[in-house]
Amino acid sequence: MAISTLKPVTSRPAPVPAKVGEVVPLPKRKDETPMRSLLAKRVVARLRAVAVTVIPPLLVVAVIMLVWQIAFGRPGSSLPAPTTIWQEAKDLILEPFFVAGPQDIGLGWRVLTSLQRVMIGFGLAAVVGVMLGALVGQSVWAMRGLDPIFQVLRTVPPLAWLPISLAAFRDANPSAIFVIFITAIWPVIINTAVGIRNIPQDYRNVARVLQLNTVEFFFKIMVPSAAPYIFTGLRIGIGLSWLAIVAAEMLTGGVGIGFFIWDAWNSSKLSDIIVALAYIGLVGFALDRLVAMLGAFVTRGTSAQ
Amino acid sequence: MTDYLKLDHLDKTFQRGGQVTEVLKDINLVIDCHEFVSIIGHSGCGKSTLLNLIAGLTQVTMGAVLLENREVNAPGPERAVVFQNHSLLPWLTVYENVKLAVDKVFSGRKSKAERHDWIMQNLDLVQMGHAKDKRPNEISGGMKQRVGIARALAMEPKILLLDEPFGALDALTRAHLQDSVMDIHARLKNTMIMITHDVDEAVLLSDRIVMMTNGPAATIGEVLTVPLARPRHRLELVSDPRYVGAREAVLRFLYERHRFVEAA
Repeated sequence: MAISTLKPVTSRPAPVPAKVGEVVPLPKRKDETPMRSLLAKRVVARLRAVAVTVIPPLLVVAVIMLVWQIAFGRPGSSLPAPTTIWQEAKDLILEPFFVAGPQDIGLGWRVLTSLQRVMIGFGLAAVVGVMLGALVGQSVWAMRGLDPIFQVLRTVPPLAWLPISLAAFRDANPSAIFVIFITAIWPVIINTAVGIRNIPQDYRNVARVLQLNTVEFFFKIMVPSAAPYIFTGLRIGIGLSWLAIVAAEMLTGGVGIGFFIWDAWNSSKLSDIIVALAYIGLVGFALDRLVAMLGAFVTRGTSAQ
Repeated sequence: MTDYLKLDHLDKTFQRGGQVTEVLKDINLVIDCHEFVSIIGHSGCGKSTLLNLIAGLTQVTMGAVLLENREVNAPGPERAVVFQNHSLLPWLTVYENVKLAVDKVFSGRKSKAERHDWIMQNLDLVQMGHAKDKRPNEISGGMKQRVGIARALAMEPKILLLDEPFGALDALTRAHLQDSVMDIHARLKNTMIMITHDVDEAVLLSDRIVMMTNGPAATIGEVLTVPLARPRHRLELVSDPRYVGAREAVLRFLYERHRFVEAA
């Protein structure tokens, strides 16, 4: 019985066209490319990748410039056209670091002065923010006590702090720095706290078995584990700082990109203002990328579990 | 003779809101030095909770855990844990993960060079010395668990606690790691307590198997002594009547007398 049922299977012809044991050679590759053309190919590929990211924004900028030129190119229009800006503010665009007098300096210097304030204020905010965030994230009672206060204070606009800090510090520079600090600290605190709360219980257990003390736990488990969250907070914070410094400097005066805009407005130099806006935008973009890159470098390996 | 590890009338209840859940009730067990004990039971019977009580990660409600006649109620490196999901810190390399433990436990007792040798010795013990500079996300699940074991062993624990160490691994890797653990146990003579839900694993590795009843208020149902000489070889044991008998005893306990009742 068994043999008869097996029979049709064995009698079926094998669907193999080639002879048994024959080696079928793979078709030869036609283009055995030499080394040099391979390198050239790679360079072309890299150039193409760069072009794909660079050309579209350049095209859009060109279109905007053209529309702008057409819209404001007539004599007597309310805003300067790109060609007018080039004529009036050529020195500001081409020479960021000239010094021609105490108040007549290149925009590069002004940006650096503003950046210095931002760095101090933001640096303080980062350190204090991470520590407060760790406290709020770690302790239920600290969260209950502090979180509502943070939620209220963080909605206060940066400039609303300025009069009170001017009264407290009696000087423009520390007041501006304080405004940066108070603007940047909230996202750092809140994101750090979320990051600390999201530390997996497993890591906490490891720390407990090893009997890590508070300081060791902070540096070896908390900060690295919450690093992606902390850097999100820092990134938001530096963006807000840069937003706030311009506004603060407009009011406090002195050297700085914000005051430059106010000064230019008072002397009706609209072209200078537009150049300054471009500077602020580019520097803000650079700051954001810088923190993002730093974050990507520091948290490499952490995000991928 | 004094008891090495003694679980003395352990009760554990969890309170959530006004609701009190009794998880473990009246657990009594004495474990000798160098012994390998498995704790087996259906999921949800509280076996992981029991391990956490021994580790000190969870506080006992009543009763006491006594290690060499001293009560332990906080975690410590003398009761090292191999966690179910390896729990390696992803921002540290394999070497640094073990180093964190070694630096903490042996600071002041070993010089820097000695600590380095000790780290490498433990990584080599689990055959992971070659991957010391890799990060956890660059190595396989089995390798991560090996590093987890190396980290625990590097603490030179009195008791090694293994919480379903091979649960997340495929069958072949698991068999390989079981052999490694047997080999380590034979060489270092550690006292080991392993949580498992794998009957074969329990019989193969253990001197004694502790079988838990179903929760709530789970307790120790039976303790089976595995009458197999060491070293044990997986292939030879398959047809060994004592192995088959032990296996059957555990299966009968789990599927006849304490069948898992699904929560309706």
